[in-house]
Amino acid sequence: MSVDKATVAKIASLARIRMSDDEVAAMVPELNNILGWVEQLGEVDVSGVEPMTAVIPNHLRLRDDVVTDGRVRDKVLANAPAPEHGFFGVPKVIE
Amino acid sequence: MSEYRIEGATGAWEVVVGLEVHAQVTSHSKLFSGASTKFGAEPNSQVSLVDAAMPGMLPVPNRECIRQAVRTGMAIEAQINKWSRFDRKNYFYADLPQGYQISQLYHPIVGEGSIDVVLDDKDPENSIKTIGIERIHVEQDAGKLMHDQHPTMSYVDLNRSGVALMEIVSRPDMRSPAEVGAYLRKLRSILRYVGSCDGNMEEGSMRADVNVSVRKPGGELGTRTETKNVNSVRFVMAVVEQEARRQVGVIEDGGSIVQETRLYDPDRNETRSMRSKEDAHDYRYFPDPDLLPLELDEAFLAECRASLPELPDAKRHRYENALGLSPYNAGVLTAEVETARWFEALLAATSAKAGKPEAEVAKQAANWLMSELFGALNRLGKSLENSPVSPTAGAELLGLVAKGTISGSIAKQVLERMLETGDGAEAIVTREGLTQTSDSGAIESAVEAVLAANADKVEQYRGGKEALFGFFVGQTMKAMQGKANPQMVNEVVRAKLGASTA
Amino acid sequence: MTDLTNLGVAAIRDGVAAGEFTAREVAEGFNANVAAAQSALNAFIVATPDKALAAADAVDAARASGKPLGKMAGVPIGMKDLFATQGVQTTAASHILEGFVPEYESTVSQKLWDAGAGMLGKLNLDQFAMGSSNETSFFGNVISPWKRNDGGNAGLAPGGSSGGSAAAVSARLCPAATGTDTGGSIRQPAAFVGISGIKPTYGRCSRWGIVAFASSLDQAGPMARDVRDCAIMLEAMAGFDPRDATSLDLPVPAWEAGLNPDMRGLRVGIPREYRMDGMDADVAKSWDNGIAWLRDAGAEIVDISLPHTKYALPAYYIVAPAEASSNLARYDGVRYGLRELPDGAGLQDMYAATRAAGFGAEVKRRILIGTYVLSAGFYDAYYTQAQKVRTLIARDFEAAWAHCDVILAPTAPSAAFALGDKSEDPLAMYLNDVFAVPASLAGLPAMSVPAGLNREGLPLGLQIIGKAFDEQGVLNAGLAIEARARFNAKPEKWW
Ligand SMILES: [Mg+2]
Ligand SMILES: [Zn+2]
Repeated sequence: MSVDKATVAKIASLARIRMSDDEVAAMVPELNNILGWVEQLGEVDVSGVEPMTAVIPNHLRLRDDVVTDGRVRDKVLANAPAPEHGFFGVPKVIE
Repeated sequence: MSEYRIEGATGAWEVVVGLEVHAQVTSHSKLFSGASTKFGAEPNSQVSLVDAAMPGMLPVPNRECIRQAVRTGMAIEAQINKWSRFDRKNYFYADLPQGYQISQLYHPIVGEGSIDVVLDDKDPENSIKTIGIERIHVEQDAGKLMHDQHPTMSYVDLNRSGVALMEIVSRPDMRSPAEVGAYLRKLRSILRYVGSCDGNMEEGSMRADVNVSVRKPGGELGTRTETKNVNSVRFVMAVVEQEARRQVGVIEDGGSIVQETRLYDPDRNETRSMRSKEDAHDYRYFPDPDLLPLELDEAFLAECRASLPELPDAKRHRYENALGLSPYNAGVLTAEVETARWFEALLAATSAKAGKPEAEVAKQAANWLMSELFGALNRLGKSLENSPVSPTAGAELLGLVAKGTISGSIAKQVLERMLETGDGAEAIVTREGLTQTSDSGAIESAVEAVLAANADKVEQYRGGKEALFGFFVGQTMKAMQGKANPQMVNEVVRAKLGASTA
Repeated sequence: MTDLTNLGVAAIRDGVAAGEFTAREVAEGFNANVAAAQSALNAFIVATPDKALAAADAVDAARASGKPLGKMAGVPIGMKDLFATQGVQTTAASHILEGFVPEYESTVSQKLWDAGAGMLGKLNLDQFAMGSSNETSFFGNVISPWKRNDGGNAGLAPGGSSGGSAAAVSARLCPAATGTDTGGSIRQPAAFVGISGIKPTYGRCSRWGIVAFASSLDQAGPMARDVRDCAIMLEAMAGFDPRDATSLDLPVPAWEAGLNPDMRGLRVGIPREYRMDGMDADVAKSWDNGIAWLRDAGAEIVDISLPHTKYALPAYYIVAPAEASSNLARYDGVRYGLRELPDGAGLQDMYAATRAAGFGAEVKRRILIGTYVLSAGFYDAYYTQAQKVRTLIARDFEAAWAHCDVILAPTAPSAAFALGDKSEDPLAMYLNDVFAVPASLAGLPAMSVPAGLNREGLPLGLQIIGKAFDEQGVLNAGLAIEARARFNAKPEKWW
């Protein structure tokens, strides 16, 4: 599988990274080079093999249902580019 | 079963509906953080650094949310998956701080189950339809965007961000707005019985994504649309109808239905396309690498099962079979967990007061609750929840009737007085001298007086106008201020009238 | 008086405890070294001399009042700028987080402060830990303190992504530093500058508060001058954290106390697949030396096979970018960090502009790869296949443990390369991690220790890979090599 400019532009848009036409064009061979290389994985016979789920055998721990956090609005908003009356401001969204 | 049809220019159309219901799991803290889930707090005050997706923050799942999802699954007799896992659904939006929602796509915690809905309350046993449930999975809620506070900005509040939801996905098994309404009410009832969701649609605790398509009856499935986040039973039913009509219109005009996301506008009672979300979605689901697989052990499952209450269907059957209630009454009394709880408290107290087994007083209690108390509460604009009469107070009143201390009609008066004064039934009856009399001498003389004062009517009666019988009884009761044992009055009136005839 | 900045962790800790010198004297010495080297080496993104002094003073005061001292008491360290540090800018060497000042402290850094360590500053790294040369930092590359002995003056890469950590320890700007290792980011830079570094078993160190790159691979670990120092510092860093769902709920072993270079009765596996065609001769020779040293230490040397080794790197370059593409979605200009808002931009335009301006080229490249391999229609062919191969790689190791207790291999296929040598060719850069990545994919503890210099006078490292949870076995084998390699070379000071 190899990517073309349209595909790279689509991926960039999915990933929300603005790219100029030139940047897209330059990325095409780079990605194809890397993808061509990773595709050697296709040679491996994986029949009957489960994809890895936990790298070290371990169980998911569950926590108790207790309120231990929150009430830290100042901390939450401390680094906000556009804090507005306790909210995060963003450009107006039309739904 | 449903014969609901949309009549189009080309004939009748059948509507096919499936629902994805998002139900907020009842819990103190969020699915993956320790922030509170309380409704209505100051913006961004119930947000942890995890909920705000600060760099390096990690999710740790809340046991209670998992437990409630499992219990809900068990309540609909669904398959419980002992091995499930969380996946990330990736997309960018201002109400989604992580840039992904932690959800379950590939391995949901609950698999297939079903819910029985009753389509005719008067005949529950013969109008049951089974709606398939495809799955229930657990996921995070998003935050909230506010658009009307600033001319050029939207405001983001993350208080809801990370609150646990169950997404309950039905099969496309519904065929009419009525079925959809019945399903939603039943689902809501089950969730409230289980205690896994408060079902409060106004506060957003339950929202439905409504998948609608139309087809010629029995034909191939049509293309569906999904109307998102509809937040009342009435609106969901309206969406089904409006969207089905719109689709029939489009198809009959030679168009075709686009698989898309739509929004319901209750003011205009119509759905419209959500253009802002139309760009081709590719959610790039993959297992969340911050979370290991979720494995449930037997002890956990056993506790979930043991903690389940008697559920509405089982309760309804018990009310019919063991208590002898009519199917309609049993249905009404079990539809909401609060009603059933109230009724059972009333029943237990009445049985104790009257010294009779529950089965013997159940009909009386059910009738009183459904006709007397509901009626009174209705007039007062109240519900059982804030009823001024408690189950024990009601039982006191019913006990007096059961023991013959007061008549049914006096009981009505006593209830009114109870509602007015808040006093107990026994106190009211004693204070106001409402105790029923079975003194045969007093009753006989009262009857004689009534017959004597209405000699003309006695003539007419004897001439064949038998309907006057009730008149004599009524007059006697009135003369005795309602306190006479009605059965005895009947007997004496009949005897006196008959004796004179003979 | 000796130059205190020539001392390592154990010597400083013991000297402070014994009253031979004060923690403040140590901190002052390193603060001065940090300041003097900054313009030449660019190892730090920010220096925090006051933090180092305050921590030192607290230790001196505690000692004066007879209070017990922590494991790292009086030891000033460098903190990789991937760890969130409360009140101190934390950037992951990116523009998108420039100016971000966390309101929280990562678990690992907090544990270090609790153990009595002090912070000299935040160390430079490859942006979001993506790179093997420290050239992808928004704040400029780190320059290795090492030079080739050919008289040339080429600036060398310190390795990556923990390049600042490596350069700073090697240049005596700090006695030890934190690193993180996703696919070799502790071991490869340690090897490049002649120091030791260990990546523990996945889950040993909490990931809470560490800027995530690839969650299923990221592990923190120490980088220091010798094996003992690594053991001491790892003890302070490790431990169960309920805030990280993948954290191991196990007690922290007394690794320092358990150090033992005697390898008798132990078997060392030599994976034949690591001996690749065209292997660098000096690297091959140092590997042979390592084998001889461990045999000398009493170990039995056995040939083992890790048949899927060849596929580790391509699997890694699917799994890691996939996870990264999702982990980095939170950098969107809404809640913190950079916001680019072109005139008239809507929300989605703001995202795209912010992320275009805030991420460097390598980060974008990996996000794009990750986005592509997860996208509809490709997920199974790439991601699922890679995770299956990962299972096979883990099984290879499982099978090997039937024959050996630890595995010995080179850390990297070459010594440090010159800055700019590989930065134009991503694939050539990726291949630098060929020996490091398999252990990462399997979550195993692995360490690099200095093994000597190559013919250009540059350090080479040897890698020891152990069984899950057996950091002790890894440290002990490292100690056995250290004792025989007697590596004491250090870069000649030119800065
Ligand atoms: Mg939906
Ligand atoms: Zn959902």
